[in-house]
Amino acid sequence: MIDKRRDTVTEALEDIHDGAVILVGGFGRAGQPVELIDGLIAQGARDLTVVNNNAGNGDTGLAALLAAGRVRKMVCSFPRQHDSWVFDGLYRAGEVELELVPQGTLAERIRAAGAGIPAFYCPTGVGTPLAEGKESRVIDGREHVLEHALAADYALIAGLAADRWGNLVFRRTARNFGPIMATAARTTIAQVDEIVELGALDPEAIVTPGVHVDRVVEVGERPWLRDGAFVGGVTVNGEPLSQPTTKEATA
Amino acid sequence: MTTPQRPTGLSRAEVAAKVAAAIPDGACVNLGIGAPTAVADHLPDGVEIMLHTENGMLGMGAAPAPEHVDPDLINAGKQAVTAVLGASYFHHADSFAMMRGGHVDLCVLGAYQVSQRGDLANWSTGAPGAIPAVGGAMDLATGAREVVVMTDLLTRDGTPKLVQDCTYPLTGVACVTRVFTDHGAFTITDGRFALDEIYGDADVRWLRATLDLDLVDARQEDQT
Repeated sequence: MIDKRRDTVTEALEDIHDGAVILVGGFGRAGQPVELIDGLIAQGARDLTVVNNNAGNGDTGLAALLAAGRVRKMVCSFPRQHDSWVFDGLYRAGEVELELVPQGTLAERIRAAGAGIPAFYCPTGVGTPLAEGKESRVIDGREHVLEHALAADYALIAGLAADRWGNLVFRRTARNFGPIMATAARTTIAQVDEIVELGALDPEAIVTPGVHVDRVVEVGERPWLRDGAFVGGVTVNGEPLSQPTTKEATA
Repeated sequence: MTTPQRPTGLSRAEVAAKVAAAIPDGACVNLGIGAPTAVADHLPDGVEIMLHTENGMLGMGAAPAPEHVDPDLINAGKQAVTAVLGASYFHHADSFAMMRGGHVDLCVLGAYQVSQRGDLANWSTGAPGAIPAVGGAMDLATGAREVVVMTDLLTRDGTPKLVQDCTYPLTGVACVTRVFTDHGAFTITDGRFALDEIYGDADVRWLRATLDLDLVDARQEDQT
């Protein structure tokens, strides 16, 4: 019998160790496994290396993990946002390390790790500060830099629905890093709005096959889907919903 | 330096309309965060393009009415968007493979500086203490088949953004082919800026006096 369901977030996260490298899904708030991150804060693991496109928005989810002082290093493409005051404060205080990676290179390094490719040559970033110190090679007349796969101990991701085999479907642009992160970690833990019966997910529509997922936990419909303050804290007109001045910067 | 007074140029919306008019029907296009986003609002009637947003969608539509905002449906700027008929979703590695693999016809990006060989600087001013953030800018600059820049010609303090060599950290090398500004449109060919069109009150004498460039005047004869 294959049953990857866990009853609680606590149970799903219990073995995460200090110093772990963790891929955290999401692009801003979309696809961010907020309930798993809250569970990780309660679980207490520290000295973590966290890989995410951003470095937290507002004061919840990844930002709360950072504020709790659990993250030693962030690997991301776009830490600086209008509502990234938690990371900004920690970074300026020298309390968190940053590895900046172009977004597509970040995605491909994760994909490569899951696909058994230890490194690859990539044209992105050639001639820029982000290529400094990297091996380079001219292929077909064009310079490329060597980028290494980015594997992790854990992936924490969010999907829309799962079955007990760990098959996953996602919702709209919340898919973002979920499918590739699922493949690149030794242990992948997915939170989903709903766990459905085996066979209820159309095999033609399954995005992440269950082999890539180790544990699934149902969190119900995410409350922040309807709280009006979720889109990275930005209105439809792109104006911040909340200002850093409403919260003390965590410096 | 006694540069003549700055002439009146086009508004951001008018520049966006110029860029939009240059996009071929049927193209797959990525519009960068910020001012380039407005290009979508100015596409001529009858033109159908496929908008790519690098967080994972083709067929991105306009902003929704407030009651239809969906936190799971956002663009690369993390703004709420809609999906048009024919839209598709995909994960990040597919999205950037689409770009790097040369499947995105054109991207429109903002700029701090563009050099005459087409180098782009648009992610960092290199200021000490600034928190670096690059996002997908380098991937777009490297991967899109054509990189179009939409920017003001001058910074607020009057410094030209079109330069012989970029002084800010680069985003991509020799990647930009066209630049649309409030005072004119330019093509980059053989290491030089060619002036295609002048906008607003500017004239070629002012442009030559303002830009420290070996500017080619490539305008059609009837546009003097």
